[in-house]
Order: sequence, then C-alpha cells, then structure tokens
Amino acid sequence: MSTVSMTVNGMAVSADVEDRTLLVDYIREHLRLTGTHVGCDTSQCGTCVVHVDGKAVKSCTMLAAAAEGAEVTTIEGVANGDLHPMQRAFNDNHGLQCGFCTPGMIMSGIDMVNRYKAEGRELDEAAIRHELEGNLCRCTGYHNIVKSIAQAASEM
Amino acid sequence: MHSLNYHKASNASEAARLLSGTEDGKFLAGGQTLIPAMKTRLAAPSDLVDVSGAAELRGINVSGREIAIGAATTHAEVAANGELRNVCPSICDMAANIGDPAVRHRGTIGGSIANNDPAADYPAAMLALGATIRTASREIAADDFFVGLFETALDDDELITSIGFTAPAAGAYAKFPNPASRYAMCGVFVAKGDDGVRVGVTGAGSDGAFRAGDFEAALDGEFSAEALDGLSVRAEGMLSDIHGDAVYRANLVSVMAKRAVAAAG
Repeated sequence: MSTVSMTVNGMAVSADVEDRTLLVDYIREHLRLTGTHVGCDTSQCGTCVVHVDGKAVKSCTMLAAAAEGAEVTTIEGVANGDLHPMQRAFNDNHGLQCGFCTPGMIMSGIDMVNRYKAEGRELDEAAIRHELEGNLCRCTGYHNIVKSIAQAASEM
Repeated sequence: MHSLNYHKASNASEAARLLSGTEDGKFLAGGQTLIPAMKTRLAAPSDLVDVSGAAELRGINVSGREIAIGAATTHAEVAANGELRNVCPSICDMAANIGDPAVRHRGTIGGSIANNDPAADYPAAMLALGATIRTASREIAADDFFVGLFETALDDDELITSIGFTAPAAGAYAKFPNPASRYAMCGVFVAKGDDGVRVGVTGAGSDGAFRAGDFEAALDGEFSAEALDGLSVRAEGMLSDIHGDAVYRANLVSVMAKRAVAAAG
C-alpha cells in the first residue's frame, strides 16, 4: 500500500491504495468519480480517457502511483458553470446514442482541439477521424461525433 | 492484475539501484505494452521501477545532423519536435502513427525498443537509421540489438538511456496496419544515409525486425521504387497467422518498401 496524492478537477485528493491500482480504479472506486468508464480494459476503446497534466491518456493503462503529484481532469471537471463547448456540441449534434463512450470521446475531443490549436494545424474532418483512432463507439457510426468535435473546434 | 511493489526513480543510477533490490523487478516506462501484458499475466514482475519521470532520460537533442533521443521520450514528443522534423521528418511521421493519440502521450521510444514486439514500428526505424542504443554501461548497434521476438541484447537489469543516430539525406516509413488492431502487418523504413541505403522491416519477419539486404543493394544502385521491381524477400522467413500468411507478408514487404522509397523521394 502507498498513499497516492494528486489534484483531480482542481481538488487535492489522497488515498491509500495498493501499488497495482490502475488510475481508472483510483478515480472510480476511491474518488467515486464514475463518469470515467471502463469499456475494454485493454487500451483500445478509449472510454477511460482522462487528462494527466493536460494530455489525454488511457487511465486503464496507467498506474495511479505513476500519477502522484499530477493534475488530472476527468469528465466531471470540464464544465465550468455552463457546459464545456465540447459537451454542448455533443448535445447540439446528437453525438451519442447510449452514451457509454461519450466521456472518453469528449476528453479526446478536447485534447485534439487543444493540440491542433497549439500547433496551428487545421483540424478537418479527416484529421478528426484519424485522431479518434483510440476511441470506439458501437452505436453511432461516428458521423455525429465528428460533427460535434468539428463544431466545438470552431468555438473553443 | 497481480500484486506488486511500485518504485519511482528520478534518474538512471537510482533506477538501477532500485531494481537490484527486487526479486523479479522490471523497468516501467510508459507502460503501454507492459501494463496490458501484466493484465493478461504474460508478465508478472514482483516490482516496477518507474523511469518515466527521470528528467535525464527525456528530451531530444539535435546538433547538426546528429540526433540523440532520451529513452523516456514519448512518441507524441518525437512526433511534435520541430527541430527533429527539420532534419529527420521520417521518424516524426513514423512516431505520429504509433497506436493512438492517448497511447502516444505515454508510450516511449526506449520502452518500444526494449520490448521489441515483432509488430512494433521503432525497431524498423532503428535498423534503417543505423541507430546506436545507449545504456548506462555501453553502446549497442541496432544491428546487434534486436535478437528475436521480444528479445534484445539487453541484460535483464540493463536500462536504455538514449538512442543516437545521424539524420539520413532521405527517408520514409510505410506501414500496412492490421485493419482491426492497427499494429503493423508490415512496416518498412527506408533511409538513404552517408554509408548507403538501409531498409528496416517490421511486422513481417518470423524472427522480428530485420534488414532487407537485397533491397538495400538495389537501392544503392538507383534510389527509386522501380529499382525494387522483381525483388522480394523469401516467404520462408515470414510470419504466418490468421491475419496473413507468409507469402502474403513477403509480398507486403516489397509493396511497403516501394511506397517508402516513393515517399522518401
């Protein structure tokens, strides 16, 4: 057991966990922030994507201990009073059906828009589809997800 | 996942010291392969020594055409480094297509090379670029480093610290990803360096990454896709599985090599 401390959605948190604890289990089981999902547990589906020090990572493929001292943002932390533009865009464009993949889609969407803006690159439809390689949706066929991210990219 | 002890190292010598005190410990870098392997119990180390936060193992140094990349540098950092792209865009483009964006934020060059997955992209690049793999105690040429499937010349307790190579005059990587897993069914890295053309192949060989000597000789004569017409690797040495048999993979090596040469210009 080790005490693992980090900042999650702006709040200092700390928990005594086994060393083998995955970051996603720390978030879901110890912090009870269950918006971050576990779909595959094999790094493929992307429902567990959170931001660690500003970068999208798969929290099922990172140990909680490795995030000691980090700034973590989960889906619960992206809205600031009003919905985040990415959340609103998914709402406007019906970018989901069952909603299971949506937290990961939104976290990956925010990450890709931030990176492309920082690098001065255009996030066109082909780029969005390529960037979504690590996020699986089994309902929608991605069309409205891509539209949602494109809308948010124009507003962020 | 099985029970284990986690240790964080702040530099390479501390990492070596921490590992030496363990029963059956392993170095952990980005963990993008090791953690999935541990979940399926293909790996079950007693201890993990995390080197991903060691500052001396991170970063990219470009001095003229000489390049040094710290072992704990992530794929995303290699892909986005402007200085590196100016002298060696081929390795940036290759890194930009490993896994997916979230995997690239964690996965490292040293971890990929040390793991030597037969379908990993970096081993082909290391062979083609004639890279030198540096550890705390020695330098290993890429040609001597990749021994077989998941096997390298590293000792059990040896940590890669950095990778060095000279930027080639031209180079490119062409990958044929498995449509489902996106891992390379064949990836060919072609580099036209000062000492001739080198061709590294990943994903296809039954013994891991290899160099295609016949292709190199032909490209030394004329650096064009047409120079490879009629050339192929022997199907006997290729992987054969449900995704593609050995004859199919041998053909992919020729096709990907031509695409890489065409892209390298």
